[in-house]
This record gives sequence, C-alpha cells and structure tokens, in this order.
Amino acid sequence: MAYTEEELKKELETKEYEYGFYTDIESDTFPVGLSEEIVIAISKKKEEPEWMTLWRLEAFRIWESMEEPTWANVHYEKPDFQKISYYSAPKSADPNKTLDDVDPDLLEMYRKLGISVDEQKKLQNVAVDIVVDSVSVATTFKKTLAEKGIIFMPISEAIKEHPELVKKYIGSVVPQKDNFYAALNSAVFTDGSFCYIPKGVRCPMELSTYFRINQAGTGQFERTLLIADEDSYVSYLEGCTAPSRDENQLHAAVVELIALDGAEIKYSTVQNWFPGNSEGKGGVYNFVTKRAICEKNAKVSWTQVETGSAVTWKYPSCILKGDNSIGEFYSIAVTNNYQQADTGTKMVHLGKNTKSTIISKGISAGKSQNSYRGLVQVNSRADGARNFSQCDSLLMGNECGAHTFPYIEAKNKTAMIEHEATTSKIGEDQIFYCNQRGIPTEKAIALIVNGFSKEVLNKLPMEFAVEAQKLLEISLEGSVG
Amino acid sequence: MLKIKDLHASVDDKEILRGINLEIKAGEVHAIMGPNGSGKSTLASVIAGNERFEVTQGSIELSGEDLEEVSPEERAHKGVFLSFQYPVEIPGVSVTNFMKTAINESRKARGLEDMPAKDMLKLIREKSELLEIDRKFLSRSLNEGFSGGEKKRNEIFQMAMLEPKVAILDETDSGLDIDALRIVASGVNKLKSKDNAVILITHYQRLLEYIVPDFVHVLHNGKIVKSGGKELALELEEKGYDWLKQETAV
Ligand SMILES: Nc1ncnc2c1ncn2[C@@H]1O[C@H](COP(=O)(O)OP(=O)(O)O)[C@@H](O)[C@H]1O
Ligand SMILES: [Mg+2]
Repeated sequence: MAYTEEELKKELETKEYEYGFYTDIESDTFPVGLSEEIVIAISKKKEEPEWMTLWRLEAFRIWESMEEPTWANVHYEKPDFQKISYYSAPKSADPNKTLDDVDPDLLEMYRKLGISVDEQKKLQNVAVDIVVDSVSVATTFKKTLAEKGIIFMPISEAIKEHPELVKKYIGSVVPQKDNFYAALNSAVFTDGSFCYIPKGVRCPMELSTYFRINQAGTGQFERTLLIADEDSYVSYLEGCTAPSRDENQLHAAVVELIALDGAEIKYSTVQNWFPGNSEGKGGVYNFVTKRAICEKNAKVSWTQVETGSAVTWKYPSCILKGDNSIGEFYSIAVTNNYQQADTGTKMVHLGKNTKSTIISKGISAGKSQNSYRGLVQVNSRADGARNFSQCDSLLMGNECGAHTFPYIEAKNKTAMIEHEATTSKIGEDQIFYCNQRGIPTEKAIALIVNGFSKEVLNKLPMEFAVEAQKLLEISLEGSVG
Repeated sequence: MLKIKDLHASVDDKEILRGINLEIKAGEVHAIMGPNGSGKSTLASVIAGNERFEVTQGSIELSGEDLEEVSPEERAHKGVFLSFQYPVEIPGVSVTNFMKTAINESRKARGLEDMPAKDMLKLIREKSELLEIDRKFLSRSLNEGFSGGEKKRNEIFQMAMLEPKVAILDETDSGLDIDALRIVASGVNKLKSKDNAVILITHYQRLLEYIVPDFVHVLHNGKIVKSGGKELALELEEKGYDWLKQETAV
C-alpha cells in the first residue's frame, strides 16, 4: 500500500527523534505561573499533610531569594518561570485502578515508548514505576516487593503512607537551599519515586522508573528518594524521554540516595529527553540535582548515558561520609547538533579510607559543546582517601567542542588523587577501514562510539545496555557528512 | 575478474596513478612490486573505493560491472578485500565483535538474516585454527597494542572469515618473522581457489617463494613499467629498481 503524504511525514519526523510523538490525553493542568497560592494548591491537590505543605512553602521562599546560576558552560535563554504550568496530571490517572483499566491512550504511549506495561509485567526482574508528566500512573510488582518489605511507590503515596521515612530523609541529602533548581523542585515537585530497602535485604529485581514529559508548557519536577538500609542492595534504573516540541521544556529533578552502613546502591540513568531539532530549536532544559550520601562501608555507583536535552546541567555526586565508603561515577554524554551539556560529578571525601572512581566519556558531534566538570574534595580528616578520574573525549568533525574542568581540593596529605584525560577524533582512516570490511559509515560510527564507551556500557544492567547502545546510534545519526 | 583500464587517480590535485592497465582473471595470483612511493598502496585504496582519492580517468570493472558509482562497503560486499599496509586501531571493539558486524552487514546487503551465533562460532574456530591464532587474541580490541606481525596476521584472519573474490594484500609480509610468514602464506594458499584472485603488493621476493605469482608487475611513478612471470621478481631482487627507472626514462 502506498504511503499517504501524512504518513510519510510522520515517519520522517519520528526518525529525527524516535519518541517525538504527542499523546492526546485529557489532562488536568494548572494555570501558568508560580506563587505561594500555586504551591499550596499543588500540595492540596496531592492531599498532603501539613508538614509537607510547610516544607514546600519554606522552599518557595528560599527560591524567591535565589538567582539562577550562570557559571556552567552553557548558554540558553533563561526559562520564564511565570510562564510554566507547575502541575499537569493525566486526567484519567487514579492510583486505585488496576493496570487493566488504564487509559488505552496511555497504554498506546507506553507501547510507543517501547515499555508497554503489559510487556513490562512479563519482563522478569523489572519493576516499573512510570511517571507521565507529573503523576505516577502505574506501579508494577508491588506485591513481590512487599513480601521482602521493600517499599517502591510514587513519592506522593509515600508521603501519605510512610510519612516518618519521608519526613526523616527528604532534603537530608539535597536541602531546599542547596541550589536554585533544587529549591524550585522542593517547592513544586509533583511526583517521583520512593524506595526503601530494609536492613540486610537484597532487592531481587531491578527497580525502574520511566519519566516522560507529555503536556506542552509544563515543567517536570520529579523527586526521587531512595533509602538503602544497613547491608542492603538495590539496583535502580531511570529512563527519560519527552516528545519533540518547538518551545523548550523545563525539567528540574532532585534525586536523593541514602546508603546506610554497608549498603550498596547502583543507580543507572538513560536520558534521551528531546534535544531540539537539527537547527537547535526546542528541546528540554535538564537541570538536575542528584546526590548520594554513603555511610560506613557503603557504596554508591552512578552510571549514566546522556544523549538528550538541549541543555543539560547535571552532576550526580557522592558524599563519602562513612569510613571505607566508595563512590563511583560512570558517564557517557553525547551531544549533537546544537546540544550543550555540562555534566560531571562531585566526590566529597569525609571518611577515612574512602575511595572514588570517575570514568567520563564525552562524545561531541555537529556544533555541540560537551563539558565535563568534576570536583574531588578531600577533607582534612579523610586519611587514606583515594580517587581515580579518567575523562575521555571523542570528537566528530571540526565544529564541536569538548572541555574538561577537573577541580581538586585536597586538605589531607595522605590523599592519592590521579587524573587522566584524553581527546581523540574519529578518523577517516578508521571509517574507511570499517567500510572496506563491508560496514557502512553510520554503523561504523556506532561501532567506534560503542567501543569508546565500553567501560561505561559494561556497568549498565544488560537490558539497559542494549537500549543505551541503540540510543547512541540514534543520537549520532546523520552526524557525518 | 578485475579489469583496470587507463586508471588515473589523484589526491589533493596531485596525480599519483598515471594510467594503469591490469587484467586479473579468476584463479590467478599477481604480484605488484616497485620502489617506495610509486603508488602501490594508492592503487590498492582506489580499487577498494577510498574516496580520499579522486579517479580522474579510466575505469575499474569487477566481474563486468563498472565500480565507479559503487561505495567502499558495497565493493566489500561484492568480494573486494584489502589487507591494509597500516591497519588502524579501533579501541574497545573486539576482533570478534568487529568480524561479527562485518559478516552480518555483508549478509544484510544480500538480504540474509544475521548469521546464527552457533555458525559464527564454528567459522571463527575454523579460521583461527587455520592461521594459528590464539582464541584470547580475538577478544582483544582491534589492532590496539598489537605488534606489527599480529596486525598482519589479523588482517589475513579477516580475509579468511570474509572469503573475498579479489584479495589485495598490501605489504602483508613486512613485520612478519619467518614462522609467521610461513603460517600466513600457507593460510593464503589454502584460501586460494580457481574462483578467486590475489594481488600481492610486496617489496621482497621472500613472500613470493611461499605464494607463487603467475604474473609480476613493476609499478614506478604511477605506471606499470614492466610485467613478466615470477622470474621477474628474482631479477628485481638482484638488480634493484634503478635499471628499470633508467629503462623507462628512455
Ligand atoms: N592521502 C594522501 N595524501 C597525500 N599524498 C598521498 C596520500 N597517499 C599517498 N600519497 C602520496 O602518493 C604517493 C604514492 O604513495 P603510496 O601509494 O603509498 O606508495 P607505495 O605504497 O608504493 O609506497 C607518495 O608520494 C605519497 O606521498
Ligand atoms: Mg605502500
């Protein structure tokens, strides 16, 4: 059957950004603008207890007194915070519903995302909490997890069902006043995931959240709080997509991880928010604060694959508070066309014999700018602290840029800090070599990029690694002339 | 099988190949010799379709098809193979993964499904034994940290995996010690058949003792200045290239 003009157009569009469709679900959206009234209205809408409302208001007042940071190596038109709607929930969302009565349009959207709930249900060892715009619509595997005493639910539910845990830990790693975007998030966050792993429990499956921005003109402010009690283990996956639109969308999330004595948390992210089109129009502004605190003998690994967003500003960090605690950061950041990324990590060594490892792989193509910014801080009492950092950049073409800003602050003479950096370019001779073996150029680039990123890809859970490889391929499509 | 007519090619407006004529039939082995800088590697690159070089005149035909509009990867799919004089490194990509990708891309071009993992393993086992390659070697990053000899042996391993119709070996012998040379040469000899052809680019007579050519051509200044049988290689070894340069200058 022949294509209609319309179908052809659609297919071409989805090729540019695979997830660039827009699902037409009725949604319940607040008027634009931010004020105390809006903050209170959000809290009310979520049926929150008073302490939560007050906490939000405190954050709002702090935010009002703050200025947007300007120091990152990114340039963009500042979002007008009074032009954003701070709440958008798909109207049909109802936490009491079973999966079977989920809005068929929503299910269709999941299907397009390649994460249909149906399929996810069958998928072994993955529990999914899906956040579309701001409300968590479906949580699977709750029961299996409950048997182990694991709590995995939307944070809005946790505020009501486990107030003692939320109250104790929210803002304990990223306080409201931490930075401009964190303060904003604290005031207006609408949903996100909450997870608690009890003492000594190994979470038997990967926990996964899928975020997606759907509604036009809405910002997504999700809040994730993950607590691994003593000697527990959890691996957590976070995936993000957004439909393509002309206007820029704002995403300002906060993720707090708490690893108590002897606990281990692996937190993996695959992010492909809409990066803007090839002329640099549209795209998501991604300003995220992610931080972990590690108590004695605890370990936290951040692994991230960042291919999306027009502007990314993100530094997953570890505070190595307890003796012998370990922090790791493995990152692949791809920028193409007009994308700008300023990412990196902060490792703060407070405890004795604390160890951190940073492996950062930056890939830049088109006219994009890719910066790595890392801070390794060693406190005066942190005897025997060790850090190893490696930052590799891969350039494609002559119009993109890679920048590395490693900062080291060591106040203890026994600290051992090593930093290595390399910059390379995909060479014509490498491409020709692949071509000669029958491998077309696009595939050759994917192969070379995957090889370059291998150390980080290997850190991802299997299913995610496959998806990440595909994403790398998609995001670099057409990057060679 | 391969027919080259009056081939001229240049890079950055500098003419390097100045009218090459060469016909290679199935089952034949041709040796191309000549001093450094005479254009041997350029000829190999141009046959393989490297777009760095511009073909300004003449033609290359493979099994009757003009290759002018055919991309390098399509030439590979049609059976052109080049063992590089200087194989490049691809960090993080294992020899196995690289070969798997290459084979499956060729299959895709022919409308075939990916090769089943079981068959791939069998093929790898068979060909690595043929070239006495340690299995551990196959998990290493392609050419990264390989010795000169390892690189060349790996090129021939790839040739064995891809079973080309026309194989061009560009100075595959340099960097090989005598044992490795013997292994590589015997591998090439086993792969040779009446349906394929081999072009050996070399400086030395040594390789030609193991892989005996049907014809020897001497390239000088972008032209074939003399062709003959295998005895020509011996003559060159004895007298060097100077007498030819003088002869052609006349
Ligand atoms: N990519 C290139 N750019 C510029 N000059 C080149 C390039 N490749 C080869 N040449 C030049 O072409 C000539 C022939 O080189 P080459 O084909 O490598 O010779 P051979 O393999 O016979 O030693 C030399 O003068 C060399 O400098
Ligand atoms: Mg040469």
